[in-house]
Amino acid sequence: MRHIISILVENEAGALSRISNMFSARGYNIESLTVAPTEDASMSRMTVVTVGSEDVIEQITKQLNKLVEVVKVVDLSEAEYIERELMLIKVRAGARERDDMKRMADIFRGRIIDVSDNTYTIELTGDGRKLDAFIQALDQGAIIETVRTGASGIGRGNRVLRV
Amino acid sequence: MFNVFPALAVMDRVKGVELSGAEIVVRCLQEEGVETVFGYPGGAVLYIYDALFKQDKVRHVLVRHEQGAVHAADGYSRSSHKVGVCLVTSGPGVTNAVTGIATAYMDSIPMVILSGQVPTHAIGQDAFQECDAVGITRPCVKHNFLVKDVKDLATTIKKAFYLASTGRPGPVLVDIPKDITTHPCEFQYPESVSMRSYNPVRKGHPGQIKKAAQLILEAKRPMVYSGGGVILSNAAPQLTEFVRLLGFPCTNTLMGLGAYPGTDRQFLGMPGMHGTYETNMAMQNCDVLLAIGARFDDRVIGNPAHFAQNPRKIVHIDIDPSSISKRVKVDVPIVGNIPDVLDDLLALLKADARRPEAAALEAWWKQIELWRARDCLKYDRKSKLIKPQFVLEKLYEVTKGEAFVTSDVGQHQMWAAQFYKFDRPRRWINSGGLGTMGFGLPAAMGVRMANPGATVACVTGESSIQMCLQELSTCKQYRLPIKIVNLNNKYMGMVRQWQQFFHGNRYSESYMDALPDFVKLAEGYGHRGVLIDKPADVEPALREAFARKDELVFMDFITDQTENVYPMVPGGKGITEMILSEEL
Repeated sequence: MRHIISILVENEAGALSRISNMFSARGYNIESLTVAPTEDASMSRMTVVTVGSEDVIEQITKQLNKLVEVVKVVDLSEAEYIERELMLIKVRAGARERDDMKRMADIFRGRIIDVSDNTYTIELTGDGRKLDAFIQALDQGAIIETVRTGASGIGRGNRVLRV
Repeated sequence: MFNVFPALAVMDRVKGVELSGAEIVVRCLQEEGVETVFGYPGGAVLYIYDALFKQDKVRHVLVRHEQGAVHAADGYSRSSHKVGVCLVTSGPGVTNAVTGIATAYMDSIPMVILSGQVPTHAIGQDAFQECDAVGITRPCVKHNFLVKDVKDLATTIKKAFYLASTGRPGPVLVDIPKDITTHPCEFQYPESVSMRSYNPVRKGHPGQIKKAAQLILEAKRPMVYSGGGVILSNAAPQLTEFVRLLGFPCTNTLMGLGAYPGTDRQFLGMPGMHGTYETNMAMQNCDVLLAIGARFDDRVIGNPAHFAQNPRKIVHIDIDPSSISKRVKVDVPIVGNIPDVLDDLLALLKADARRPEAAALEAWWKQIELWRARDCLKYDRKSKLIKPQFVLEKLYEVTKGEAFVTSDVGQHQMWAAQFYKFDRPRRWINSGGLGTMGFGLPAAMGVRMANPGATVACVTGESSIQMCLQELSTCKQYRLPIKIVNLNNKYMGMVRQWQQFFHGNRYSESYMDALPDFVKLAEGYGHRGVLIDKPADVEPALREAFARKDELVFMDFITDQTENVYPMVPGGKGITEMILSEEL
């Protein structure tokens, strides 16, 4: 099953590779991994999307907690949470396709953030499935380039991860 | 030698005197009470070696290869419960140390490794003797640090000792660039450190301990399975009291031998791949299993699916939550420091008037004695060739079971574990997790350094001993009178055994031709060598060797090449699916 794990980690050199290394050394999957400092510059927050049985996820959280630089770990998917991912997608938008492409971006609540004679660059946020759906909805020949950030997640309501 | 530090020690407490980074390193070691450092100098650590030269509190032991330094620090730690310390240079110094570090990591040995690094401005430039020490060692340390500012040096070293020795112990590496060792800084060694991301537990959860006590009292076929964690946490007294109080059968894993007296009737022998018949049967057929500081390793429980076939309740006490329910689901997990948890558990049980049903326990013991009567460790005592088991029995007799015994890896290791009865913890020193050939001799050096005057035997084989043989030279330099028991069958015995059982007797590359003359070799290093090739000579040779208190004696026992270790659980099988010697 897909799990989304949030990690608070000391903002120190090597912390990222310690975590990613643990995943590869123990044979766990990483679907995506994002990391950036938090409002407290001494700490980074990481979101890892992984797939595994309940036993595997339990081991992943235990092994993460065991890393000295890891401050806190929570499996967001244990309860209500929100996840968002950003995609930038460059598509063909010549005279013929321009209107259709604009309409498609609107339907998905995307924003066109760069325009050239024959391309649009569209910014789209949502959960992973929405971004997948947008890609599916486009004519595959129309896609020139995509870049995705991977998911970031946060608990709903009073569910808070902080020190 | 010229000692500048005692005077400084008083002064800088008051004012804070500026020292160089190298001097700070040495002062930190002194403050930690480190008496012995194992190492090998090189370019990146020259200033640290200079600072070591100018003092006489920390003794440096010069090895012949960095792997030897780490194994020696490891043996030092295992036999003394102190943190082992080693010092190596950058590049090849670190890469040579990696096998030793991984060995210590797998067995959770508290250790601090100080490594030199190229100057900070040269890092990443492919400088001479540069390697990414922190990157290379990351998967095999508990934690590691690269010191980028001399101001962080003392705190980092303090953290390293703290991390290495608390929680589940392990090796911690501190990588120190050469320029940092020359930078001046006011020295102040922190009294303590705290890290918000690292808070090892001590006490177990009282509710869980209560549940465990309840299961214990209801047990009809109990079994106590204790591992290396009991040794590491110095919980042998509590374990012994616990097992005796309840009259339960007990096994110690390869890493846990000596935690419960090996000569006691309640001790059933080691479990697992080469465990005793009675232990493996009891592990499989018990109704309540108490796992204490053990981790259900593949060599201990074999196939986890087979192990799970028999219903039983499992209590698991361990300091590391990730060891719990990793390979085997447990019913009552207790995360905590073992002595604390056992103290609490003992207090509960002593306060309780109830005891497990005596008739059931008696019936269980009757069953165990039937299993024990199979005498699974028997071997041919009439052989004209020297049987390795016989050598170990005699070693036990001659040393009265009092020796520190280190071993390398292979058949000799298993025989030593089976036939030498350890009554005390920290006497049996071997590489259980990583299985590092070459461990035995340098580990024995560390043991002897930590226990001056103690009897130290290194049980090895002709293949293993050659992997760190160069340390015979270190033994000479420091006059370490280790007794080397070389079980020489001209084969990598365990490899040969597997090839015989599972690869149709095709002994692919497991035979060593052109072995050295070990007697001459020992003599070449300035030691005494003896060749023993008749069973009748075994005991006299051992007696003579151990009588030579000040000499290293290399005993080359020419043993039966065809002997195998029994019982044996083939890889992937259940622990009761044993091959016994009687079946062949």
